[in-house]
Amino acid sequence: MSTVRYEQATRVYEGTDIAAVDELNLDIGDGELIVLVGPSGSGKSTALRMLAGLEPLDHGAVYIGDQDVSNVRPRDRDIAMVFQNYALYPQLSVAENIGFPLKQQGVPKEERKTRVRETARILDLQPYLDRKPKALSGGQRQRVAMGRAIVRQPSVYLMDEPLSNLDAKLRVQTRTELVELQHRLGVTMVYVTHDQVEAMTMGHRVAVLKDGLLQQVDAPATLYHEPGNLFVAGFIGSPAMNLVPLGSGRPLQIGGAELVFDGTARTAVGGANGDITVGFRPEAVRVGDGPLRGRIRNVEDLGSEVFVHVAVENNGNSLSVVSKMTPPFAGRIDEHVGLEIAGTAHFFAGDGSRIASTDAALR
Amino acid sequence: MSSVPSPRVVGERRWVNASFGFLAWIVGLVFFFPVFWMVLNSFKSEQDANTSPKLFFHPTLDRYKDVTKSVGGLLSFSEAFTNSMVVVLVSVAIVMLLAVPAAYALAVRPIHKWRDVLFFFISTKFLPVVASILPIWILARNFGLLNTRLALIILYVAINLPLAIWMLRSFFVEIPRELIEAAEIDGAGLRGQLTSVILPIAAPGLAATALLCVIFAWNEYFYAVQLNPVQGATVPIWVTTEISTRGQFLAKLSAASVLACIPVVLAGWIAQKRMIRGLALGAIK
Repeated sequence: MSTVRYEQATRVYEGTDIAAVDELNLDIGDGELIVLVGPSGSGKSTALRMLAGLEPLDHGAVYIGDQDVSNVRPRDRDIAMVFQNYALYPQLSVAENIGFPLKQQGVPKEERKTRVRETARILDLQPYLDRKPKALSGGQRQRVAMGRAIVRQPSVYLMDEPLSNLDAKLRVQTRTELVELQHRLGVTMVYVTHDQVEAMTMGHRVAVLKDGLLQQVDAPATLYHEPGNLFVAGFIGSPAMNLVPLGSGRPLQIGGAELVFDGTARTAVGGANGDITVGFRPEAVRVGDGPLRGRIRNVEDLGSEVFVHVAVENNGNSLSVVSKMTPPFAGRIDEHVGLEIAGTAHFFAGDGSRIASTDAALR
Repeated sequence: MSSVPSPRVVGERRWVNASFGFLAWIVGLVFFFPVFWMVLNSFKSEQDANTSPKLFFHPTLDRYKDVTKSVGGLLSFSEAFTNSMVVVLVSVAIVMLLAVPAAYALAVRPIHKWRDVLFFFISTKFLPVVASILPIWILARNFGLLNTRLALIILYVAINLPLAIWMLRSFFVEIPRELIEAAEIDGAGLRGQLTSVILPIAAPGLAATALLCVIFAWNEYFYAVQLNPVQGATVPIWVTTEISTRGQFLAKLSAASVLACIPVVLAGWIAQKRMIRGLALGAIK
């Protein structure tokens, strides 16, 4: 078990000018499960590979515990990594795959056997120990890859989208198992994913990256309720937050309806120059006969909740607003309805940073 | 939307497939026929072999006895066979030993300017063989290597090395990168990566490469006949000694040719077993 620290860690790939990871500063606590999330090309995998030692640093440093490991070989970093495609050795049996790191460390055969058996027991792999990877299902392969990581008892576990090759149902199940396992072993884990649901459900904290830049690191609930900027606001949450550009005119209006809010937020928003964007979560929008007129584009009834997509006119542009309603919902496609906001609205300045969040309504 | 082909289209496709199959058989037979004829001739008497072709004859092993019998002063089969074996096995072993690390440096951890290096290797093949023989002959003479196996071993290593590096590189490049990285993180050093991951997975490629080098070295005639016409002569040279200016020699030549082919065919058969791909299946989903 150990802490991890990125200090101004930068990686620029050969032949490019733009940093894949740009001056990343991140502290990861002992026993913490941190998730790096972002769209493809955000640098999350590169950041993980820098920690693994598979990618050199062009600038800055990476620490595991108190040791600067920036120039330490991967095998001397005391880490284990699970790859997206599992990377099992095809010619070795499950037992040999799990025992491979121990063999490389020169652990005696008897001890190796005991530890492999113990790991297989934790992961329910005992019946498959003699099989080759190609004779296993995707879920079993994933568990073997996990086993190869667990058996070494390393300081830090690195996970590079380990669930993305599983089908949806297995993914949810394995996700829970992985969280349980991490909790039981109490290990430090750095987990990379592009799936924000995975990030929100697994991470003690979630680090959101975009274009190599760290946008925000916080607990999932904080990211959701207090997004640091427009990107985080739009990226976290499913369906995404409704983001409406309001321009620089005052008072703030959406489709002719005035947005009213009070308190300190009014001062903050009033003090901001330039374009303002307002964001509100689908659950803060009610479809009924509110002041913002629109037309229903689509109704997605999931049983426990209904997502209603409504087209509204705003400053001559058509924009789509999503509302989360509780069933039953009677509206039909092409029906004209009125929207109202009943919840938190987030205000973002022209540079994307959040100015304020407050309860708001339309009038 | 998937479209269901009409019965007529299916019928046409079947007809096209059948005609391609037929054509393939014809081409195959055309290629195989000379080999078949050679084997047939090797079991005939010289008279039978030189008269009008006939399928039914009294088969005999006498021609094999004739060609393998050693005559004093002339190159014997056993001598040529031993020379060929030593030259081929030693040269191919050296080639593989040198090509594996070279291919690793070009594929797994590409060195600086690896493209130029790769091009340099293949560029050594641009020079026509015949243009190089005079300098090579002079060098061989000056170093006292004429009529030695060592001369051919050095040459065959030089000839096969670029090819082996190119082939092995293409096999190594196919190995999923994550496997090597996983081994690296799991604590394997360079040797561990090679023996535990790269070589087992590339085994079919190694077998194919070695086979090709064996074939090229075994069949090489031009350098052998220039540098080692008497001592250290290899099997291809021995085969040509069966061509005589007096009397008939077709059956004997056929028997000698069959003997010359057998080791290569055997090597191919052994390598084929190892060349079955699919070992890498299951590593990466």
